[in-house]
Amino acid sequence: MSLTVEQVKQRNKDLIKEVLEVYPDKTAKRRAKHLGTFEEGKPDCGVKSNIKSIPGVMTIRGCAYAGSKGVVWGPIKDMIHISHGPVGCGQYSWASRRNYYIGTTGIDTFVTMQFTSDFQEKDIVFGGDKKLEKIIDEIEELFPLNHGITVQSECPIGLIGDDIEAVSKKKSKEYNGKTIVPVRCEGFRGVSQSLGHHIANDAVRDWVFDKAGDKHPEFQSTPYDVAIIGDYNIGGDAWSSRILLEEMGLRVIAQWSGDGTLAELENTPKAKLNVLHCYRSMNYISRHLEEKYGVPWVEYNFFGPTKIAESLRKIASFFDDKIKEGAERVIAKYQPLMDAVIAKYRPRLEGKKVMLFVGGLRPRHVIGAYEDLGMEIVGTGYEFGHNDDYQRTTHYVKDGTLIYDDVTGYEFEKFVEAIQPDLVGSGIKEKYVFQKMGVPFRQMHSWDYSGPYHGYDGFAIFARDMDMAINNPVWGLTKAPWKSAA
Amino acid sequence: MSQNAEKVLDHFNLFREPEYTNLFENKRKEFEFMPPDAQVEEVREWAKTEEYKEKNFAREALVVNPAKACQPLGAVFAAVGFEGTIPFVHGSQGCVAYYRSHFSRHFKEPTSCVSSSMTEDAAVFGGLNNMIDGLANTYNMYKPKMIAVSTTCMAEVIGDDLNAFIKTSKEKGSIPAEFDVPFAHTPAFVGSHITGYDNVMKGILQHFWDGKAGTVEPLVRQPNESINFLGGFDGYTVGNLREIKRIFNLFGIDYTIIGDNSDVWDTPTDGEFRMYDGGTTLEQAANALHAKATISMQEFCTEKTLPFIAEHGQEVVALNHPIGVKGTDRFLMEISRLTGKPIPAELEKERGRLVDAIADSTAHIHGQKFAIYGDPDLCYGLAEFLLELGAEPTHVLATNGSKAWETKMQALFDSSPFGKNCKVYPGKDLWHMRSLLFTEPVDFLIGNTYGKYLERDTGTPLIRIGFPIFDRHHKHRYPVWGYQGGLNVLVWILDRMFEAIDANTNIPAKTDYSFDIIR
Repeated sequence: MSLTVEQVKQRNKDLIKEVLEVYPDKTAKRRAKHLGTFEEGKPDCGVKSNIKSIPGVMTIRGCAYAGSKGVVWGPIKDMIHISHGPVGCGQYSWASRRNYYIGTTGIDTFVTMQFTSDFQEKDIVFGGDKKLEKIIDEIEELFPLNHGITVQSECPIGLIGDDIEAVSKKKSKEYNGKTIVPVRCEGFRGVSQSLGHHIANDAVRDWVFDKAGDKHPEFQSTPYDVAIIGDYNIGGDAWSSRILLEEMGLRVIAQWSGDGTLAELENTPKAKLNVLHCYRSMNYISRHLEEKYGVPWVEYNFFGPTKIAESLRKIASFFDDKIKEGAERVIAKYQPLMDAVIAKYRPRLEGKKVMLFVGGLRPRHVIGAYEDLGMEIVGTGYEFGHNDDYQRTTHYVKDGTLIYDDVTGYEFEKFVEAIQPDLVGSGIKEKYVFQKMGVPFRQMHSWDYSGPYHGYDGFAIFARDMDMAINNPVWGLTKAPWKSAA
Repeated sequence: MSQNAEKVLDHFNLFREPEYTNLFENKRKEFEFMPPDAQVEEVREWAKTEEYKEKNFAREALVVNPAKACQPLGAVFAAVGFEGTIPFVHGSQGCVAYYRSHFSRHFKEPTSCVSSSMTEDAAVFGGLNNMIDGLANTYNMYKPKMIAVSTTCMAEVIGDDLNAFIKTSKEKGSIPAEFDVPFAHTPAFVGSHITGYDNVMKGILQHFWDGKAGTVEPLVRQPNESINFLGGFDGYTVGNLREIKRIFNLFGIDYTIIGDNSDVWDTPTDGEFRMYDGGTTLEQAANALHAKATISMQEFCTEKTLPFIAEHGQEVVALNHPIGVKGTDRFLMEISRLTGKPIPAELEKERGRLVDAIADSTAHIHGQKFAIYGDPDLCYGLAEFLLELGAEPTHVLATNGSKAWETKMQALFDSSPFGKNCKVYPGKDLWHMRSLLFTEPVDFLIGNTYGKYLERDTGTPLIRIGFPIFDRHHKHRYPVWGYQGGLNVLVWILDRMFEAIDANTNIPAKTDYSFDIIR
């Protein structure tokens, strides 16, 4: 029997009270601000965000290095990204985000490689600047076709006071103005990976745009030039997005940063519009491009046919009738596919309840796709969202939705135990916890091993995957028959 | 439009459709400004040469695709092997997210671990407050029996003193004074994940044996007949430890697996999430002091722990990840010698079966050249097994291998005619390995998941043995130790060989005269 909205709100309230009881008072007080229930009509979700995680709890968050190297810079394929510091950070983030790209790895592209300065004790004691210089020389010798280098600082770099900016400038000069970008994304900075995104954006501004000048005079602008901002091409997402923009008559001059190249970054100021998918990680550079180069930007959402159509029209509204007609043509072209996908999967998924906990834009953006399949989001929250994310979320969630910011492992388990959703969408660290509990799960950072999920082509895969997760026979096996009778 | 609802195309096939291949071509031509194909081809060919190899091996500062992780990963590995224990990493939180992901990707299991979430203010003022609050939260929320503290590079650079911090936390009432909080400093810029395992293992034993950081009297050793067992950092820990227990049980002896993480990384899906499962009890960890001897399965993983144990009066035995007949023989003979018990007939029979299997298959392996990379002890165990199979472990590479390991590996090569042309590479990475595979090719490569890039570049078939294995499932459930484990390894090698032979002989009317049914 389903609960009324008021009953849901009361249950959430009780539930929040219950999970807070386990903490020492001080912690309970701090955590209470991050847990709440969405009240319709309110301007945000009523939770605090972007605040330090509490020591000793199992936060799902990462660090600034993860935000810069792991998310923003790592997918730029023709540059070499040095994990500068000890070996671990680079090792753990090595090829783990499935940023698809096309290139000859190790020769002209380098995304699925791990370059590190592998700091030893002596580097901590004496500093790593000399070593960094040598590393850059060795990169130039062994990987002559690289188009640029970034230096992704790990924790010790900032602590020991290395001057990676000076090294980058010196080496850039030595190599004829080569793009060498120091990125101060030490893991202890900020409260999550979010600051790393911002720092990475600023590094593009200061070390790519400001230096690009007229580097590509052969590049010819057209009135229909756009850049995809904030798509990391997980499982090919940016490709299944790009194809729609091109089909409606636009020219995608750059992809940020999945399958991206340095030249694409450099030419982005020439775009007529930046289309921004992951607002959280790349709103900074979009705002900069608007302020300095006058390029407007627009957020879009390519999850599920309802939001895709809305977004295509919104993007088209920045252009002339040719593009507007193009958008309608694209929507109409894919409508039969969408009808078929929904006809096939909706009956199998109707009414299923979902709880999400992800990063970036997904805690809100994917809601429309679930709703297209007749599913309902009963709880959602951000790993590293800010207040503006929670404001934007109000357009997506229903009255009474449970909201949990920077949820701790403990809270998340308790919520899922009590609410018993049909599906949880979160990351690898959460996946097996919930599967052990017999709850179907999809990794909504990396699409597990699947994808793309963006665009019309991606929605078919999304629908199939959710059906596969929820209606999998394995969930009928979790209880031994001699136990389930009891 | 190639997508369709009836048969949904996923990324494997979707992007091979012409609309996407056109899109890729256009993107490349118009916007990427990549080097021309001819130039890419030229550099690609150059990167296969002896000249390139020389430059590559002349590298002094740059590390590319290293086969090692950092200390704190090993710290977590060791800590989760104790009953009700949560690893607490003092430092920035992002690291812990990485360790948890890394283990979950390998074992396909949850990994519980907390951090003290240090940020800028802790960098300036030190992380004491993070420790005080953190321990209190962990203690209240996760109700552990023990919290095992280790560090990240951040906490080490700023010089936080774990002993003092834990003491202060207890004084401030974060956790009860008598609650067990062993600790170890595990800087990420010293050694590798195997060093972290070693430090934490030693730290935990030291805690129980030497008076819990000055809070109680040190234990006094009262020798008994029990045997301690240390597995070391091991991607096969789930299968291996169970096999080891079976072997000890067959012997019928008292034993303690110290750091038994075989259950916590193999919990059932039955509706319940077990945050803690199995593990060495704290009582066992303390009582391990009284054992007659400790066997370490991985010498280079227990370089500090073993001397520490030896100082406390018991015999220690160091092995090198024994795989195969001789390695297992030595292991069993050591157990027999230490306990005075005969080697069980059942194990003797298993030995015969492994030898039988080798005899049946040796024709295919004899004289084949292998490249191996991984942790030092694993490399040793694999190389020794290959030598007894009549194969040649031509390149053996450990990014975290030491000079002592190099010497030991060389002695192993020297002990067999098959080791004559084999070479050991301590401190080198997988980009060095790439050059070796081009300039001095081998027939097969053995290593972890990252070897798939080497397989693709060089065409050397990869046999996945090592850590991490992310792209194949459930290998960690199988032992590689003991005669049964040797059989598993033999089968993995043979399966890949036969696959390679079949793939090489399957073109009708061209190469299929050797496409045999009988092998």
